[in-house]
Amino acid sequence: MSVTETQGRASETIAVEIMGKKYRIPPGLTMLQAMWHTGHELVRGVGCLGAVCGACPSTYRTKGDTKIKTTLACQTQVEDGMSFSLTASYYPDKKVVYHFDEMKDPKQDLFHYYPEAALCRNCDACTVACPKGIDVRTGVWKAVFGDFKDASDLFLSCVMCSLCVPVCIADIAPNQVGLFARRAQGIFFEEKKPQLSLRVKEIADGKFDTEWERLMTLPDEAIQAESSV
Amino acid sequence: MSDIDVSKERVNTSRAARSQQEMPRLSAEEKDDLVHRYHPDYKKEAYATLRFGPNKGEQTVHELARLLEGESPVPADFPALKPAHQVDILIIGGGGAGATAALTAKAAGAKILMATKLRLGDSNTVMAEGGMQVAVSPEDSPIRHFVDSLKGGHMANDRVLLKQLVEEGPSVAQWLIDLGVMFDREDDGNLSLRAGGGSSLPRLLRCKDYTGLELMRVLKDCVLNEEVEVLEFSPVIELLTDGKGSCTGAILKDLDNDRRIVVQAKTVILATGGIGRLHIQGFPTSNHFGATGDGLSITYRAGASLTLQDTFQYHPTGAVFPEAMAGLLVTEAIRSAGAHLLNAKGERFVYELETRDAVASAVIRECLEGRGIQTPAGRYGVWIDMPLVDQINGEGTLEKRFPNMIRQFSRYDIDIRKEPVLVYPTLHYQNGGIQIDAEGESTLKNLFVAGEASGGIHGRNRLMGNSLLDIIVYGKRAGAAASKRAAASDFGPLSLDHLSRFRKERSEAGVNSDVVSPMLFPDYVKKQ
Repeated sequence: MSVTETQGRASETIAVEIMGKKYRIPPGLTMLQAMWHTGHELVRGVGCLGAVCGACPSTYRTKGDTKIKTTLACQTQVEDGMSFSLTASYYPDKKVVYHFDEMKDPKQDLFHYYPEAALCRNCDACTVACPKGIDVRTGVWKAVFGDFKDASDLFLSCVMCSLCVPVCIADIAPNQVGLFARRAQGIFFEEKKPQLSLRVKEIADGKFDTEWERLMTLPDEAIQAESSV
Repeated sequence: MSDIDVSKERVNTSRAARSQQEMPRLSAEEKDDLVHRYHPDYKKEAYATLRFGPNKGEQTVHELARLLEGESPVPADFPALKPAHQVDILIIGGGGAGATAALTAKAAGAKILMATKLRLGDSNTVMAEGGMQVAVSPEDSPIRHFVDSLKGGHMANDRVLLKQLVEEGPSVAQWLIDLGVMFDREDDGNLSLRAGGGSSLPRLLRCKDYTGLELMRVLKDCVLNEEVEVLEFSPVIELLTDGKGSCTGAILKDLDNDRRIVVQAKTVILATGGIGRLHIQGFPTSNHFGATGDGLSITYRAGASLTLQDTFQYHPTGAVFPEAMAGLLVTEAIRSAGAHLLNAKGERFVYELETRDAVASAVIRECLEGRGIQTPAGRYGVWIDMPLVDQINGEGTLEKRFPNMIRQFSRYDIDIRKEPVLVYPTLHYQNGGIQIDAEGESTLKNLFVAGEASGGIHGRNRLMGNSLLDIIVYGKRAGAAASKRAAASDFGPLSLDHLSRFRKERSEAGVNSDVVSPMLFPDYVKKQ
């Protein structure tokens, strides 16, 4: 897309409905910017403003469409005729307390903590709801079938916004299932890292101590001359 | 075609020829000269001299000086200080440093309370893209990491703090992995390492371009599993002291009902993060909504010293177009992977992996001297040519390693695999902060500080990947030291004596502004 194509005329405004109230705003604003522009003070519902923290789940409907869609308000541009609502910054989804150091078989333990995970009825509403474009349904199935590796990959970009939770007809909290699978994968199933373990040991054994003694009192000019970059 | 499109086309057509081009590195003198001329830290009119308080006579930017010298929201006739909570440790801030401190303190058996302005996990940590520097490879060593960081910091780093940072890197990386953090790996199972600006060897551990999200997601889950008591939407508005130089608690404000919450604590750990939302010198920011430097003003009032409070990091490549993305980061890792920076003429103008202060200065130079590109909203920028990354490393590299970056721009129909985008420095990090000792304790006894709120570790310029390391190493240190101190202490008396002293000094210095700090939130609401 050409940079100039999106350049709206300064006087041009678009129609928007924010939580049921009608406003006219300049084009090119995100939903949150539109709320600031129309005088809304925001505390709940704003976070990183970069679509990675999940603080601003929202629902919206575009002109002429009947479907209500979900998104993150910080990175969704308002279109003419859009109606939206900053839904909530807190969904009371079920987060079970667990301790991986007490688990022996996390792939089975998943059913102890999140038994409903096995009840997915394949409706795919979670995938449709996900503002990060994650194939949530497949992620849940992968976790249920013990493929924590694939489940982990699928849930990589999950921001825990919980938009997948209220739409689940089987009462699963897919984001929590994904997080459980990711952490279990990291703790139980990833290969060891020989270089890291070696370096930890070298430091503990004092391998660099002599060099440290020399370095800590070295004048700035001498440090500048140390070979590195 | 518009000027912008003509310039963009130059970038697209010159790509093949440029791919093999070598850019000369700056000598130490050239870099010094560039930074002194163009870096915002050296813009004299942007600075004020502090008129009173622990750093009286020293300089910082106007935006911060106003808050440090600002009035407290706690009135002189505040009712009797009756604690609603009594804990060993009050941890203020729910980002990476706060969460790490909480887990460490909880493991040490301390009774803790966490208070955070927004939600647990809302922080700059979650936004970190590039990675975490840890000297892991056989060719590398903590020594090299130290030397690189010291040079990058213009030798202004506290060497003891920096030594601890690099030396404890490998063990904290192991700690994170044991919690389930998944860093990218090579086929042999070893951690995959990438280069960063100012680093002599590839040393960055990362999780695609979601490193901070991965860390924060795991740390938050751990805090919840440990059933730590957390007060969300409850920022600190004032510290409490015994009137004799020790911190004894804090006053929080519950944002949902505007009530004040008094907390009595044997020790306090402050992990309130950075300052990007002060928009210093009018810069856009890559920071979280809550990054308003709250910790700095309350500790200053309580009598703790700041250090290097005059130096800030402007990340060289913040998006400037589309306007909705202004300030958001284009990760340095993209330059590590080969992306070029180009001016309006389609020419490179700096070696892209110089330290951030040098690259930012070079971008500002290009724009000041008429070689920048103006956006429709009136901002200036230079091109970052990301399609080159795929050309150098093979088709699909961007998709595999930078899924977040692709997604961010795709919302605005920009495909970074096919076209360059416009960037300009964005306010990213406070290099300095509250002065701490080796255990993370400030000059106010029993007040510990961890993460971006602290100063000294990074000197006058932080290297990429040293911040995620900082929050974990110093989060752990503060958590451990505060637990130990609390175990050997009793509760101290709660007073606002330091506020009376502050108000007296303020009035004697002739300061009578109506600025109230902490700021808590930036004001983006359009006035009628």
